[in-house]
Amino acid sequence: MSQETSVATLTSDKSAANRQFLIQQIIRTVGMLPILILLGIAFQLMSGRFISPQNLSIVMQQASINTVLACGMTAVILTGGIDLSVGSILAASAMVAVIGSLVPDMGMIGIPLALFAGLIFGLINGSLVAFIGLPPFISTLGSLTAVRGVARLLGNDTTVFNSQLPFAFIGNGYLFGIPWLVIIAFLSVVVTWAILRRTVLGVHIYATGGNESAARLSGIKVWAVLLFVYGFSGIMAGLGGVMSAARLFAANGTQLGQAYELDAIAAVILGGTSFTGGVGSIWGTLIGALIIAVLSNGLVLIGVSDIWQYIIKGLVIIIAVALDRLRSKGGART
Amino acid sequence: MNATALPQAGAETGLPLLEMAGISKTFPGVKALSGVNLAVHPGEVHALMGENGAGKSTLMKILSGAYRADPGGEIRIEGRPVHIDGPLSAKTLGIAVIYQELSLSPNLTVAENIYLGRELSSGGQVDRARMRADCQGVLDRLGATFGPATIVSTLSIAERQMVEIARAIHANARILVMDEPTTALSSRETDKLFDLIRTLRADGLAIIYISHRMAEVYELADRCSVLRDGSYVGTLTRDELKAEALVKMMVGRDLSKFYKKDHDAKGSRGEVILKVRGMSDGGRRVNACSFDLHQGEVLALAGLVGSGRTELARLIYGADPRTAGSVELDGKPLDIVRPIQAVNAGIVYLTEDRKGQGLFLDMTVQENINLQVVGRDAGKGGLLNLGKARQRAIDAIKALSIRVAGPIVEVGSLSGGNQQKVLLSRLLETRPRVLILDEPTRGVDIGAKSEIYRIIDDLVQAGVGVLVISSEMPEVVGIADRVLVMREGHIVGEVGGTTGVEVTQENIIALAAGLAQPSAAA
Repeated sequence: MSQETSVATLTSDKSAANRQFLIQQIIRTVGMLPILILLGIAFQLMSGRFISPQNLSIVMQQASINTVLACGMTAVILTGGIDLSVGSILAASAMVAVIGSLVPDMGMIGIPLALFAGLIFGLINGSLVAFIGLPPFISTLGSLTAVRGVARLLGNDTTVFNSQLPFAFIGNGYLFGIPWLVIIAFLSVVVTWAILRRTVLGVHIYATGGNESAARLSGIKVWAVLLFVYGFSGIMAGLGGVMSAARLFAANGTQLGQAYELDAIAAVILGGTSFTGGVGSIWGTLIGALIIAVLSNGLVLIGVSDIWQYIIKGLVIIIAVALDRLRSKGGART
Repeated sequence: MNATALPQAGAETGLPLLEMAGISKTFPGVKALSGVNLAVHPGEVHALMGENGAGKSTLMKILSGAYRADPGGEIRIEGRPVHIDGPLSAKTLGIAVIYQELSLSPNLTVAENIYLGRELSSGGQVDRARMRADCQGVLDRLGATFGPATIVSTLSIAERQMVEIARAIHANARILVMDEPTTALSSRETDKLFDLIRTLRADGLAIIYISHRMAEVYELADRCSVLRDGSYVGTLTRDELKAEALVKMMVGRDLSKFYKKDHDAKGSRGEVILKVRGMSDGGRRVNACSFDLHQGEVLALAGLVGSGRTELARLIYGADPRTAGSVELDGKPLDIVRPIQAVNAGIVYLTEDRKGQGLFLDMTVQENINLQVVGRDAGKGGLLNLGKARQRAIDAIKALSIRVAGPIVEVGSLSGGNQQKVLLSRLLETRPRVLILDEPTRGVDIGAKSEIYRIIDDLVQAGVGVLVISSEMPEVVGIADRVLVMREGHIVGEVGGTTGVEVTQENIIALAAGLAQPSAAA
């Protein structure tokens, strides 16, 4: 329309529509926060000891490794992909971390080695997706199995121990009364947020997931974006490996990280990130990871058996996402 | 409601097949329709016009059961009030909608698509033979050249549309809604579709025809109703259908000058800015195309759909690999193999597929406008400059008169014309020297169209070279200084400029269809 009308429309509707849009954004971001709070209250009422500083600290520790994995997973899912191999990469990296820690006098080298191992596995995933064009589900399904084999190979299919683990503080120590695990998880979230929301790369990640052909046509190096997100997911899995190893003073290629990818994916989806890419936020993922940890912890507190924990956790994930969909009908794309 | 033109009582005899009376629809915060009336008779093609956002789609979605109208209005079929509470009940009442985005399953056969959801079975098994035999009749009636066993993905867009229509007819639809059916069709296919529509009209169907193209409405419509800003403006009969009257009803005022071409063809044209030589893609769609584009001129690429215009543009932009050919910008040779190289050199390309390959619909206006310049604006370590991004977005919204509440609104919620302006501003933010516009006004309402022409004119006056690809002949004639005509991958002629041949529809069509001798191409 004419200049006048458009400017007039701008000024008259601007504040109202902008406010409405902001509210939508906030609802989308913290969509699952009410569920988290309700779960917390319910467990408190049923057990009487859920909301104690000590227990909440345990919950956050339980959430920490999954949160770190889910950070990488969020970036991957935002591009419309998926990374099924994070549990296996975590196991392999944990093996590398413990084996590295056994190097005399420089055991700390286990940390960078583990991160590096995670990065390499992630970049292999990324290359398969970006250069060969394999569907992410298939390439990471392959590495889920292959990297699990590598993890077992690394310790000749045994558990590796190091009772003198130089970075044991990561798994068991505190800084100003906060567990290191929680600090690392929170820093991971902040770093992921900064990448996604404050860098050019982040814009390109959302753009690639939102419309890949438009991204290509506008000159975005889609291959570089894909390589980055899978590499990032790999590093985060490597970090998760370090955290696991530090907690246990040991690593086992067969058992460690089994099915961790499912919890990470569940956290991302609970957090409202679209499964087709382009829509989502890291804060939602954090809430999603906390919901999963609260469920695990709370169900144990009220004495639910292991078998029923699985069933209830699964149902809660389905119901939570279904509720979210119903509420924002048409808007949610999970 | 407006008294510009009330429905002509007595223009039609008999009871309308479909009546919508006092239909309103409120979305949270927006009144999309208020008290809209529409009456369609059997054996009538009833055009529904209005700018994007006027409420046409909403009205049709209410008719097809996708939306529920606000209480108060009434829908009557053959005079009986009906209640449409979902797509199924609309279907049962004989209402079928042919959408812009076709809704066929591409990997199934024509017959399977026609029977989708109503498969015939015998003894628990799908009876494909009987389905095929049954469909043949409908396909014959529509004049289809393909059989019921054809896989849909092998059909052209026009043929798929025919399958959709066949499906509707086969399901005994009496009210057929066609939403911009010719957008993706060539002119020959359009003619065939029109013949088909006339056949259906003769059979007594009521056809609601939505289009932005006035020429189609003149050709087809028996009556035409106009919506504006969610309100019913009026209905014109065939005799009253005049361009001025329609435009005035649609935009609520006169369009003083529709095509703006203030840059004097001779005056603003400068040096050659883009020199393209021998562009080929290996003989598939583009063959040895050469031309020059000057500073400050609008050069149009005309030709039939499929003549290789888009493909040529994509080769120049580096979106597809070329097998031969060179591009020079300002006399300097460029080796463009990726879009980013073209953008960095100052050549940008506006895709014809706005939603599929252009915009990021889930992202905000601000993010879309800044997408290609965030890298240039960024600080150390690739940190975004959000203040600058916001300012760019606000300036662009003002400069291009984008109708949006603010920079952080999702692009997907805007109308087609405003989406196109967002896409255009994204390209303009890169400060291009050469602008390649592929169907710049496709799916854009008439008001925004005129504004896009104004923007093009301003750019040309500022010395940008603009290459326009358009299938709308009046648009080509209206805005281009010079026209290159393509046919079957070759540039077969030129009109306007220094050729001495006037830029007219006839001259262009003669070249495009291969009726005229090729003139000396640039």
